[in-house]
Amino acid sequence: MISLSQLAKIFPTKDGDVTAVDHIDLTIDQGEIFGVIGYSGAGKSTLIRMLNMLEAPTSGAVEVAGRNMNSLSGRKLREARQEIGMIFQHFNLLWSRTVAENIAFPLEIKGVSKAEQKERVDELIELVGLSGRGGSYPSQLSGGQKQRVGIARALANNPKVLLCDEATSALDPKTTDSILDLLVDINQKLGLTIVLITHEMHVIRKICHRVAVMEGGRVVEQGDVLDIFRRPQQAMTKEFVKQVTEPEETEEALRHLFDDERTGSVLQLTFVGGDAQRPLITNIVRKFEVDVSILQGKISQTQHGSYGSLFISVTGPQAEEAIAFMREQQVEVEVIHGG
Amino acid sequence: MDKLMTASVFFSEVNWENMWDATLETIYMTVFSLVLTFLFGIILGLLLFLTARGQLWENKTAHFIIGAYVNIFRSIPFIILIVLLIPFTLALLGTFLGPGAAVPALVIGAAPFYARMVEIALREIDRGVIEASKAMGASNGQIIWKVLLPESMPALVSGITVTAIALVSYTAMAGVIGAGGLGDLAFRDGFQRNNPDITLTATVVILIIVFILQFIGDQLTSRLDKR
Repeated sequence: MISLSQLAKIFPTKDGDVTAVDHIDLTIDQGEIFGVIGYSGAGKSTLIRMLNMLEAPTSGAVEVAGRNMNSLSGRKLREARQEIGMIFQHFNLLWSRTVAENIAFPLEIKGVSKAEQKERVDELIELVGLSGRGGSYPSQLSGGQKQRVGIARALANNPKVLLCDEATSALDPKTTDSILDLLVDINQKLGLTIVLITHEMHVIRKICHRVAVMEGGRVVEQGDVLDIFRRPQQAMTKEFVKQVTEPEETEEALRHLFDDERTGSVLQLTFVGGDAQRPLITNIVRKFEVDVSILQGKISQTQHGSYGSLFISVTGPQAEEAIAFMREQQVEVEVIHGG
Repeated sequence: MDKLMTASVFFSEVNWENMWDATLETIYMTVFSLVLTFLFGIILGLLLFLTARGQLWENKTAHFIIGAYVNIFRSIPFIILIVLLIPFTLALLGTFLGPGAAVPALVIGAAPFYARMVEIALREIDRGVIEASKAMGASNGQIIWKVLLPESMPALVSGITVTAIALVSYTAMAGVIGAGGLGDLAFRDGFQRNNPDITLTATVVILIIVFILQFIGDQLTSRLDKR
């Protein structure tokens, strides 16, 4: 659906050229939710803006839905853009228009008849769960409702691709989840390809099928979300994965335990998919002469199955054997203390 | 007329018929030049905004020329501008007397003033909104008509209100070169013939016009503003 080849964007500044996007190759399939994660300045925003040519690439090619975007201009480019919806961090609604008029805006641009506009707007208001709010002005809506209007507006012309530029970054956690649920719902109902950029791993975990991690204008790692969670390779990726798997206080709490001589070996176990539900701890306690205490644990859902991480300490004469046994199972084991 | 007659006991020197004619002339000059100023001011303001760096029609030369024009005509004191424009008005209308003849000078003096306010109003629009419109495939014309003008409308209206009030005072100056109106009346019949009643009455009428304009402007602005 989308393919980028050797895509680069260089901004000339007074202090020399800044390479925002550094020759990226990327393919995004039809119907998938693809996430790009990175800190600010990683180039992800420039990357997504090159997908609909809001930013012109310095070099390289962008193909979206069979169209070579960077060869288009004028009317052709505008027509191509009508097939790519986009939502924004700050919603970017027209405050002088009501909800219904905002949603009708892209239809007016395309030149759809008034009667069809009304029909389509009603449909969309229903789809995003804003029934009865069509006559309200954006200033009368909450952040989450504004983003729903943004989504409805982006979907008005039945686009093939939806671009989400930090779409949930200005929302509180609860509203973020409801917007993410809506995106998944739209992805499944309409088979829409969604590309989103974010700095929150939570967003990637919750709705993305595949993810690319960006740092310094390059994609440093990409793959299925579940694989990335299971075996993050790059330091940057590990940092992002930690956002979800380890609450901030974990490290402190564990370090406190390390000082205690009775703690023994502290392990971090990572389970993926069906493994997350297997009684591994029961098995090792039965098989080996060890004591196991659970320090902390968490299971998270991704679009392709569940993902768990568990911190345990193992003591006893057969601790070594127990650890070796666990390593043989489909479980990632990392000894973070002792052993 | 009864009421006017009663009033004439206190302002015996005031010729109410002349006062009424002068008021109509002032209103005529103000309204006519206001409509044209609104039009030209918006066009100029749009051009100033659109040719600026990073905007839809970015063009350094055009931006510089329009900016220079606006700055020059905004800086010339109005009373001097009218005199400078006499040949132009003569060429355009064949006369430089009467309220109609004041209109070109009024518009040329007020439009650049309003254009700056239009430019500021347009710059207040969130860039993200313009960007979103581009992402939806809007053409530049659609962005101007459907985004820039409606989104800045409250500021455009409050700007034209300020301009309208400035225009009322410009019409008073235009009176000096023979355009008529309340300013002319206050100056010639009031000041030069030593008739303070007339000057005072004309001032009150001008104040009433200004208050009415301000009231209409405020009402419109608050009705348009959905933020």
